[in-house]
Amino acid sequence: MMEGIEHTTSGDKRYAIQLIVNGDSYDIVVKANALLVNVLRDQLNFTGTKKGCELGDCGSCTVLLNGKPVNSCMVLAVEADGCEITTVEGLAHNDELDTIQQAFIDHAAVQCGFCTPGMIMSAKALLNDNPHPTEQEVREAIAGNLCRCTGYVHIINAVLAASNKDKKGV
Amino acid sequence: MYLPDFEYYIPKTLGEACEILAQSDGEARVLAGGTDLLRDMKNDVGVPKALVSLKAIQGLDQIAYVAGKGLVVGAKATHNDLAGSSLLKEHYAAIPETARVMANNQIRNRGTVGGNIVSSVPSADLPPIFIALNASVTMIGPHETRTIPLEQFFVGPRRSVLNCDEILTELIIPDQKTTGSAYLKLGLRRSGALAVVGVAASVVANGGRIDHARIVLGAVAPTPVRAFKAEQILVGNSVTGALLEEAGRAAADECKPISDIRGSAEYRRDMVRVFTKRALCKALQLPIK
Repeated sequence: MMEGIEHTTSGDKRYAIQLIVNGDSYDIVVKANALLVNVLRDQLNFTGTKKGCELGDCGSCTVLLNGKPVNSCMVLAVEADGCEITTVEGLAHNDELDTIQQAFIDHAAVQCGFCTPGMIMSAKALLNDNPHPTEQEVREAIAGNLCRCTGYVHIINAVLAASNKDKKGV
Repeated sequence: MYLPDFEYYIPKTLGEACEILAQSDGEARVLAGGTDLLRDMKNDVGVPKALVSLKAIQGLDQIAYVAGKGLVVGAKATHNDLAGSSLLKEHYAAIPETARVMANNQIRNRGTVGGNIVSSVPSADLPPIFIALNASVTMIGPHETRTIPLEQFFVGPRRSVLNCDEILTELIIPDQKTTGSAYLKLGLRRSGALAVVGVAASVVANGGRIDHARIVLGAVAPTPVRAFKAEQILVGNSVTGALLEEAGRAAADECKPISDIRGSAEYRRDMVRVFTKRALCKALQLPIK
């Protein structure tokens, strides 16, 4: 019972929520059954977040919710009310890519590209918590992101390279 | 993939939540992390008319030591909360280790201890280690609060003693002397895989002799089950390879596995033998052979 934020439109209840996406605040109205991934993509146009299995298995829809990677297909938008969300669109600053994005390009870690946004968000969360992970830690961090093209080797190399770049302060 | 319509409630207190559940005639479900519930709803497995969110209820995600009670884990603590808890690492390292082999990182950030228990899925990873550590669960209802051993919570696949107007609020691990405990999982992959077999063990040993042992098997019966015969074989005897092998064989005899896409009953039974032995070795801090 969210006080004062229930709306009734044509009989269906709506909920006024606030999402802080990539640092910008969005006041939106959603139905209770709206999934975060659909609100991000369809209502707010953050189509970088992909939909794959939509059952929490593939990780294509990974976003950071209050800094932690989650499957946005398994979160109700109403449940994310008041939360900070980072999508792949939130990583680049002006025309400069984030270190992890550049590393994916430099190491050919992208083939079809469908898993890439989710993969990058998992990698970003790992590097935020643990700037110099071991290969095993990288493998564990991206275990919830399925890639059917690369065989993961280039992706792991890219994440390790991004962490080393950080180490040299480049 | 879209979810069907449902009523959504976000109560601020447990009392309010129980009242909503009581008025819903069993048609409402409690929403915590949603990693089981929303998946079931998408798969059209039992679509509830209403969801009662625990999001606004404070204080259910703590992991803390309460004197006279034991280690208390709030139902809303996530699997990654368990994995990262220094308190658990210090006292029961097997619990964070179990949490780390569950699902994947994204799911571990949302899925909760309460959800993993309440879903009552036979292959769930947390119940075996919690039962091995003699944990209890507290359930709050509109009229009373009750605490029962987790061992008595499960009734069958996806069925438990939790009434539809009750909410599981916390898990309590009582103070105990333990030489060590362990949970070993056999999955078809290291990540994102359900247990084909899961074995938890907790032992008390003195000078090479086992004084006390609890062994719990997951994914090989309609509910997690104690391997009582295997425990009896161990107690009072000195640890030898032959003794652990005998306990493993007894546990394999006791379990009631089914054949499914993840493994045949025969394979599961033999893996119970192997994993019981290995879990005991790990709990006893012996090299795993």
